[in-house]
Amino acid sequence: MTPRRLLTLLPLAVFLAVAIYFALALRPERDTQALPSAMIDKPVPVFDLPSLADGPNLSQAAAAGEVVVINYFASWCVPCRIEHPVLMALKAQKITLWGIAYKDKPEDSRKFLAQSGDPYTRIGVDRDGRIGFDFGVYGVPETYVIDRAGHIRKRFVGPLSREIAEHELLPLVRALAKP
Amino acid sequence: MLIELGHFALILALVVALCQATLPLIGASRRHGGWMAFADMAAMVQFALVGIAFAALMHAYIASDFTVINVARNSHTDKPLLYKIAGVWGNHEGSMLLWVLILALCGAAVAAFGGRLPASLKARVLAVQGMTGCGFLAFILLTSNPFLRTDSPPLNGEGLNPVLQDPGLAFHPPFLYLGYVGSSVAFAFAVAALIEGRVDAAWARWVRPWALASWAMLTLGIALGSWWAYYTLGWGGWWFWDPVENASFMPWLLGTALIHSAIVVEKRDALKSWTVLLAIVTFALSLVGTFLVRSGVLTSVHAFAVDPERGLFILVLLIAAIGGSLTLYAIRAPAMQAGGLFAPVSREGALVLNNLLLATATATVFLGTLYPLALDLMTGEKISVGPPFFNKTFGPLMVPVLVAMAAGPLMGWKRADLLGALQRLWAAFAIAGLVVLVGLYLTFGGPVMAVFGFGLAAWTAVGALVEWAERIALFRTSAANSFRRARNLPRAAWGSTLAHLGMGITVAGISASAYEREQIDILAIGASMRLGAYDVRLDAMTREQGPNYTADDATISVLKDGAVVAVMHPQRRFFPLQKQTTSQTAIRSSLFADLYLALGEPDGKGGWTVRAYWKPLISWIWSGALVMALGAGISLSDRRWRVAAAARRAAQGARA
Amino acid sequence: MKALLALLLLLALPALAVEPNERLADPALEARARTLSRGLRCLVCRNESIDESHADLAHDVRVLLRERLLAGDSDAAAIRFITDRYGDFVLLEPPLKTSTMVLWMAPPALLVVAFGGVLLTARRRRAPPAPPTAEEQARLDALLKGQE
Repeated sequence: MTPRRLLTLLPLAVFLAVAIYFALALRPERDTQALPSAMIDKPVPVFDLPSLADGPNLSQAAAAGEVVVINYFASWCVPCRIEHPVLMALKAQKITLWGIAYKDKPEDSRKFLAQSGDPYTRIGVDRDGRIGFDFGVYGVPETYVIDRAGHIRKRFVGPLSREIAEHELLPLVRALAKP
Repeated sequence: MLIELGHFALILALVVALCQATLPLIGASRRHGGWMAFADMAAMVQFALVGIAFAALMHAYIASDFTVINVARNSHTDKPLLYKIAGVWGNHEGSMLLWVLILALCGAAVAAFGGRLPASLKARVLAVQGMTGCGFLAFILLTSNPFLRTDSPPLNGEGLNPVLQDPGLAFHPPFLYLGYVGSSVAFAFAVAALIEGRVDAAWARWVRPWALASWAMLTLGIALGSWWAYYTLGWGGWWFWDPVENASFMPWLLGTALIHSAIVVEKRDALKSWTVLLAIVTFALSLVGTFLVRSGVLTSVHAFAVDPERGLFILVLLIAAIGGSLTLYAIRAPAMQAGGLFAPVSREGALVLNNLLLATATATVFLGTLYPLALDLMTGEKISVGPPFFNKTFGPLMVPVLVAMAAGPLMGWKRADLLGALQRLWAAFAIAGLVVLVGLYLTFGGPVMAVFGFGLAAWTAVGALVEWAERIALFRTSAANSFRRARNLPRAAWGSTLAHLGMGITVAGISASAYEREQIDILAIGASMRLGAYDVRLDAMTREQGPNYTADDATISVLKDGAVVAVMHPQRRFFPLQKQTTSQTAIRSSLFADLYLALGEPDGKGGWTVRAYWKPLISWIWSGALVMALGAGISLSDRRWRVAAAARRAAQGARA
Repeated sequence: MKALLALLLLLALPALAVEPNERLADPALEARARTLSRGLRCLVCRNESIDESHADLAHDVRVLLRERLLAGDSDAAAIRFITDRYGDFVLLEPPLKTSTMVLWMAPPALLVVAFGGVLLTARRRRAPPAPPTAEEQARLDALLKGQE
């Protein structure tokens, strides 16, 4: 091969590489919206939120030594309603599931939970979304798994499906819970 | 019934395109005149058939025939007629039909105006055009058929989005498509030349008008889109480096390189294999743009109907068309004879520099647009590549392009005297220098880069004028003599001068954006705020009733030194049917600056949010583009004459 | 088309970017905030900076960014405050790191390679044919002799 011939092959080679890459990009299972969390393996943000149910404030300190699942929800959020039955099923699995009502009026949150059932162990109120910001929340619902040392280990964006809850969330929680 | 006729015509068009793609090729290789001549007829018939299909769909839109799914989804009886018509291409299926219509139009134009092309070249060009047609007709019929009907037509259509009812939005796609699809002709010429194994000056002379025409259309399309963004978005942004914008910008950049490198082929018989490659890649980028916009691979503000299946089909088309032609290129290009030699400092050298820089700039935009996706695919890491990246990488590449732009046309072919060329540019240099010095003095402590931008703009524009003055020997001979020379100046020379001047105008407009003023405040009735040298005063708010909306209309006076210079009416319109609110900006354009007002939300206490902008020279951005396209048009009017004249001379020579 | 409509709807919402009530009283600080927010991507709207965006989250970020600046943060610290939570994805200008090396280096590298390539071909094409080596000269002489 002369250099000139190699040079004329170059455009074809570049094009084929680009075409393969386009083909990969087209795979239907690719999720264009998924955004990995920047908070993975970082300590859970410090928070001290008023409780939705007149109880003591909800703070990250209360999670010490325990595996906690934190779910951001809001009554105005439609996907949260889709997710809700899955959370109710999780409640039966005896895991610690905290809810944080994100940018929601407390009375609306209460009404929502009274209507469809309360899956949460405890609930904090993040009225202005400030704590959500510290978590890196960019849309509700989002679900975080906190390990016993108080680090965020996993984030699920969007409504949890039964699939994800059973095959990803629960196994992770159980594995983290083992001493 | 008409719809079925349209559907049928489209299927027939595919059959004709299939014949057009094959028979003339066989005819050309066997030197069979009749089979070659078939291409002409096929191209005309294909255009007529696609025209019938398009007319049928348009009729369904005008008649609001909601048994057609496409019409039901995208139109509404209450739409003004203009937007019913524009609605035809305001959706994926219809826009693809427009795409194919333009493709067929280009084929028919080659058949009609290519009378002086050698029969075999013409047959092969039309065959390649037919292949492209086949691909896209099949794409429409198989994945995006606009002629499907429904058994249960809705009472009225869904498509009455007020935001889409805008003249700028309605008419920028046809120009963009003329630009995109027009590049298919240069592509067809390139592939035909590769099949024939011959690229020469005559070939370049035939390709250049097509490349120039599609470039001019793309220029207008991009400018129109940018202008639309400017007056709709409510804060006057006009370019975002958004993937969809980049998709149209890349073929423009490379098309610019193509129209310049084709000059070298035409005059000096050099850069042949490079020019062929440019023609192929320019069309490839048009196809890539189509792929990106319609496959949902990239997230963008203007995303079209996203459908991976359609994406896959376009990808297959892309691989067939571009993979095929590049394979042919790899086989045939090494045998192409390198033509005329030239020294690095020469007109050719300057054009090579132009091509190098433009190609690198195109690659940069390509990489910036697709890198986030590539990284995501390979590592799962998500990053953003936004305007700051492009400004930092693309901007510096344009500086030498503009610097060389003034000097290039003054340099001789083969070997030039750079010093001589620069000496003749003393006026451009002096004016640019003056602009920079005065600019730095006046705006001391302000944005330095913008001042240099003005300097570059002056250099480019004055440089273009100097070249023109040189050609007509202005001030060096009598005025009458200069005038006579100007009249005899080929139109192509006028065209390039204008196009370069237009570029200077656009650069000045872009540079000036660094000086824009912004003021956002809540104004009660009678209150005013300061915007640079102006006072913006909210005089009154009235409620007005539009045909299908109610509007909050602000009467805002703009004062300078206490005197009212403009009374403007930005509005917020509420469309009850769609429960949508839109903002109608008010713009007062003048040669030197735009006053731009947008009305925001009321604060509930009698005050309204008012956004006011003073945007110096902003209209120059689009005016410059217009001048560029005009230059291309004037150049085109010359080309046809020259092709004919050259052929006539050749015919006379043969007789002699 | 649905996606286009939805996105255009977002574009057309009349709540436009920076709101008067967000602004800081100190113009210098506000100018810094504006500059910084032009470089930050709005997460939920894609391809828009938070300065242009009307989204709720963009508003939050604008306000928090200004809080940080008021608290005396440097530009870098204020930006870090946001990237710590949302990652480098929010930066419209990708930071130079291993994974973006190719992106940043490619334009200049391409230019250098292209220039080098063109100069090389130009030089090769212009170079006169190399003088024959001693061996070639001998063979040439022999051939010439043979012809005579």
